Amino acid sequence: MIGSLALMFSPDRQADRVVPPTGHTAWLTTFTSAAMAFLAVFALALSLASGRLATRWADALANTATIRISAPPEQMQQQTDAVLALLSTTPGIATSRAMTDAEQQVLLAPWFGPDLPVDALPLPRLIEVTEGPEGYDGEGLRQRLAAEAPGAVLDDHTRWRRPLATAASRLNLLGWLSILLIGATMAAMITLAANAALAANAQVIRVLRLVGAQDDYIAAAFVRRFTLRAIVGAAAGAVAGMLGILLLPPVDEAGGFLTGLGFQGAGWLLPLLLPLVAGLVALFATRAAAFRKLREVQ
Amino acid sequence: MIAFDNVAYNYGGGELLSEVTLRLAPGSFHFLTGPSGAGKTTLLKLAYAELLPTAGHVTIFDSDVRSLGRNDVAMTRRRIGVVHQDVQFLDHLPLAANVSLPLTVSGRTQNPRDLTDLLQWVGLGKLADALPPSLSGGERQRAALARAIIMGPDVILADEPTGNLDWEMSLRLLTLLAELNRMGKTILVATHDLNLIRQAKSLVAARVLRIRNRRIQLAGADL
Repeated sequence: MIGSLALMFSPDRQADRVVPPTGHTAWLTTFTSAAMAFLAVFALALSLASGRLATRWADALANTATIRISAPPEQMQQQTDAVLALLSTTPGIATSRAMTDAEQQVLLAPWFGPDLPVDALPLPRLIEVTEGPEGYDGEGLRQRLAAEAPGAVLDDHTRWRRPLATAASRLNLLGWLSILLIGATMAAMITLAANAALAANAQVIRVLRLVGAQDDYIAAAFVRRFTLRAIVGAAAGAVAGMLGILLLPPVDEAGGFLTGLGFQGAGWLLPLLLPLVAGLVALFATRAAAFRKLREVQ
Repeated sequence: MIAFDNVAYNYGGGELLSEVTLRLAPGSFHFLTGPSGAGKTTLLKLAYAELLPTAGHVTIFDSDVRSLGRNDVAMTRRRIGVVHQDVQFLDHLPLAANVSLPLTVSGRTQNPRDLTDLLQWVGLGKLADALPPSLSGGERQRAALARAIIMGPDVILADEPTGNLDWEMSLRLLTLLAELNRMGKTILVATHDLNLIRQAKSLVAARVLRIRNRRIQLAGADL
C-alpha cells in the first residue's frame, strides 16, 4: 500500500502521458472541488463561530447569576445592603457586587441610547454574582432572599442561556456534519468523474495491461491526474471562500450580540488544509474507482 | 516455455476448446490454424493469461496461470510479445511512444538509437512521429510486431498478423517472424491463411497445429 501511494506521487511524465486528456471530466473535477471547498470554508467558519458561542454561553451559564432588586427608592439601598450581606455569607458564592448606575446605563444603551436619564427612571438595582467552584444552592438562596429582601429576585440565567447554548452546540454539530457531507459529495462527484474517465479509456487500460503494466502503474496515472485537479480546484475554492469571509462586516459594525462568523487567529490556517483534504479524498476515491475498473480487465 | 495440459475452455455457450495438450519448446516455431471461430484467438489468450482455462492447466514459464496474481500476470506478459488480430494502440501517442510502451510501463529506460533501429528494421523508420490512426493496416501490423519484441521477449504470439495485409506485406511480416525465430525466439502464429503456412516452410522449420472439433492436432501433408 505504501509502495502504491509512493508510486502515486512519483513524478513520471511518461506514465502521465499514457492516459489521454480526459476532456469534460477534467474541468468537472476541478469545478466540483472548487465549489465544495468554497462551501466547506463557510461550514468551517460556522462551526468555529458556533463553537465559540456555545463555549462562551455555557461558561457564563455555569459561573454567573444576577440578582434584581425592585423596591421603592427609599428602600433600595437598604435592600441592596441586605442582599450583599446575605451573599457574603452564602456558601458557594465567590464574589458579588452591585452594578453602578453608569454600568447599568451602558447595558441599556443599545435600546435607549447613551443619553438615558437613569436617575429619573425607577430602574431595578442589579447585583452581579460569580459562583465559586463548589457551586451554591439556588433554591435555598431564593428562600433567604424572599425572607430578607422581598424585592430581590435571583436570575441564574438558566432560563434564557441554556436554550441558546444548546442551539449553538447543535449549530456547531450541523457545521461539522455539513463539512462531512461536503467531503462525501466531493468524493462521490470525483468517483463519477473518474469512472467516466476510466470507461472512456477502457481500450487504453486494456492495451496497458497487455503490454505488461501493473495495476498500480495504471491506477497511478489516473489518480495523479484527478488528485492534482482536486487540489488545484480546492485551493481556488478555499481562497475564494476565505476572501468571502474576510469581506463580511466586522463584528463591531454588525452589532454587539453577533459573535462574528469567521476565523480568529490560527483559525485562518484551517481553510488552507482543505486542498490537502480534497487531494486525499480524490486520491482514495479515484484509486478505489480505478482498481474496481481494473479488476474487470484480466 | 508455455504448456497446455488437457485444457478446456468454455465461453458459457458450450465448450470451445477441449482436451488441448500442447508444448511450446524454446526456439520453436508453430503455426496454429483452423476455420474462423475454431478457437485460435481463445487459445492464444489462454497462452498469455488473458483467459483462464475452465479445465486443465496452462503453464507459462513454469507457473500455473491460476497461481498468478495480477502483478505476476503483468510481469509474465513482459516476457511474451503479442501481436493482436485487432491491433490496438494508444491513439494519442506517436508511433515511437506506442512501440516503446512496454519499456515505459516496466520503468525501463530506452535507448533512442535502439528504438530507431527497431523501427527501421520493420520499415517504419520515417513514421516515428506519426499517430496510429494515420497508419495503414500493414504499418500497424509491423508496428505491433515492433512493440511485441521491444522488450526482447522469450515468446512471440501473433494472432492473424497478416489478416489485413496484401500478399507482399504478409511475406515481409513472415520473414521478420522467421528472422526472430532464428534469433532464438519461440513463436506461435495463429492464421487461417494456408498459403502463408506453405510459404513459410521455405523460411523456417515450423510445426503446424490445427484446431478441429474443439481439439488440437498436428497437421500433416494435407496442408
